[in-house]
Amino acid sequence: MKHYLEIYWAFFKTTIAVQFQYRASMSIWMIGRVLEPVVYLVVWATVANARGGMVGDYNPEDFAAYYIVLMIVNQFTFTWVMHEYDYRIRQGALSVLLLKPVHPIHSDIADNISYKVLMSFIVFPTAILLYILFDPNLLFHLQTFALFLCALTIAFFMRFFIEWTLALIAFWTTRNEAINQMYFTLGLFLSGRIAPIELLPNLVQQIANILPFRWAVAFPVELMLGRLSNEQIWHGFTMQGMWLVISLVLLKIVWRSGIKKYSAVGS
Amino acid sequence: MHHLSLIWTFFRIGILNELAYRINFYVQLLQSLLSLGTAIGGLAIVFSHTDSLGGWQAVDILALLGVFMFVGGIIRLVIQPSMAQLMEDVRQGTLDFTLTKPRDAQFLISISQVRIWRVIDIFLGIAVLLTALIYRGLDIGFTDVLLFVLVLFTGGAIIYSFWLMLATLTFWFLRIENILVIFQSMYEAGRWPIGIYPHWLRFVLTFLVPVAFAITVPAEALSGRLTTESIVISIVLSIFMLAFSRWFWKRGLKNYSGASA
Repeated sequence: MKHYLEIYWAFFKTTIAVQFQYRASMSIWMIGRVLEPVVYLVVWATVANARGGMVGDYNPEDFAAYYIVLMIVNQFTFTWVMHEYDYRIRQGALSVLLLKPVHPIHSDIADNISYKVLMSFIVFPTAILLYILFDPNLLFHLQTFALFLCALTIAFFMRFFIEWTLALIAFWTTRNEAINQMYFTLGLFLSGRIAPIELLPNLVQQIANILPFRWAVAFPVELMLGRLSNEQIWHGFTMQGMWLVISLVLLKIVWRSGIKKYSAVGS
Repeated sequence: MHHLSLIWTFFRIGILNELAYRINFYVQLLQSLLSLGTAIGGLAIVFSHTDSLGGWQAVDILALLGVFMFVGGIIRLVIQPSMAQLMEDVRQGTLDFTLTKPRDAQFLISISQVRIWRVIDIFLGIAVLLTALIYRGLDIGFTDVLLFVLVLFTGGAIIYSFWLMLATLTFWFLRIENILVIFQSMYEAGRWPIGIYPHWLRFVLTFLVPVAFAITVPAEALSGRLTTESIVISIVLSIFMLAFSRWFWKRGLKNYSGASA
């Protein structure tokens, strides 16, 4: 354990320094991830107003709260490994990572966490700005917030392991943009980004209940908003735990067989 | 006339380049169909809870989606890749090769790259637009069509000028290719009518990143809600933007120091 702490500490020192060099690009890339929830916030608030104030269980201020928290959750759980692996494997950049004495996933996790730490200096002011602009119905309870932090942490690792595993498809095909986009499209609907899950058609809701997307994004959001009963909260954590285990097992299996396929370019 | 044959030449090169990678066609087709499916799915969910959004019926928003895909297709077919190439050329100093050619440099850099499979988006956009119009019973008058084409052109001119100005910034600031990402992110907001957004966002999408003129205004022409004011502003702004971006480009070019300088 101590060994890993030292390794991570070393990774953080380098990755923070590297990420800091790209702060301008990082902020620019963030615009899309802020604008998307704002757009759907406005769309749903417009729908609610047109129907006399409510859609399902949500009024415009609830939508504002939902999408501001969703912006934060998505910001802290998203990864870019699926785009990066294509390049790593095609260009042979993975070879360098394999030479290090630790599994390459650790440097990716450290890299991702450094990025999130740096970005939080932009994310939180943005969230406050959106709070002022949209006047959300968001109450703060310490206990809910503590549970939210747990759910967010599990969501981060769950999403990280799933997307890291999917990224490994690049071992078998170098054209994985199409797969990436399919995953992305599913996520758009099933993680509650286009609409809160309860506003989706029944069939889609049932699919969302099984697949991981909902538990990685919508669940922490609804938890923070105080919309879930105790029973729903425990069900959510159970699903998160289940997907965390499944994704870890898949990751190990896929990594082991993928690495055998890998023949570095130029070797 | 000569310009047209040049455009055709660049298109042919684009086609020939891409024919070598035929699988790209299927990848692009799949990606375009996925984004069309996402867009229609999103519309279906929103309109399962309401009949109209900011005064727009579902079918009007479908027409808007058609315009969104069509204009987006044109941007990604030629404008975006050409402007990205310009920024790369300025950085590398390879713009010399373009400047020494006996044709207007702005014209050459504007059509230098053609990603031919992006025409799929353009065709899908037209198909969505036609579907929406047919579904409405083709209740559209001849003047409306003319106005639509007119504001589509002015909107296109505004978007083109905007891209040219963004790319021209590279003469002063070498490493700003990420600035193009800002446009792509903001463009996404154009798939809904600009009128539903709060004032500050509407202002940004109208004047800072002129998505409104390229998508919402033409779609308004199709559903007969175009005001004379919008038409006049579109025309005046497009002429101004074309002239200003031309001036800005020439101004930037003076700053260019070539390959080995």
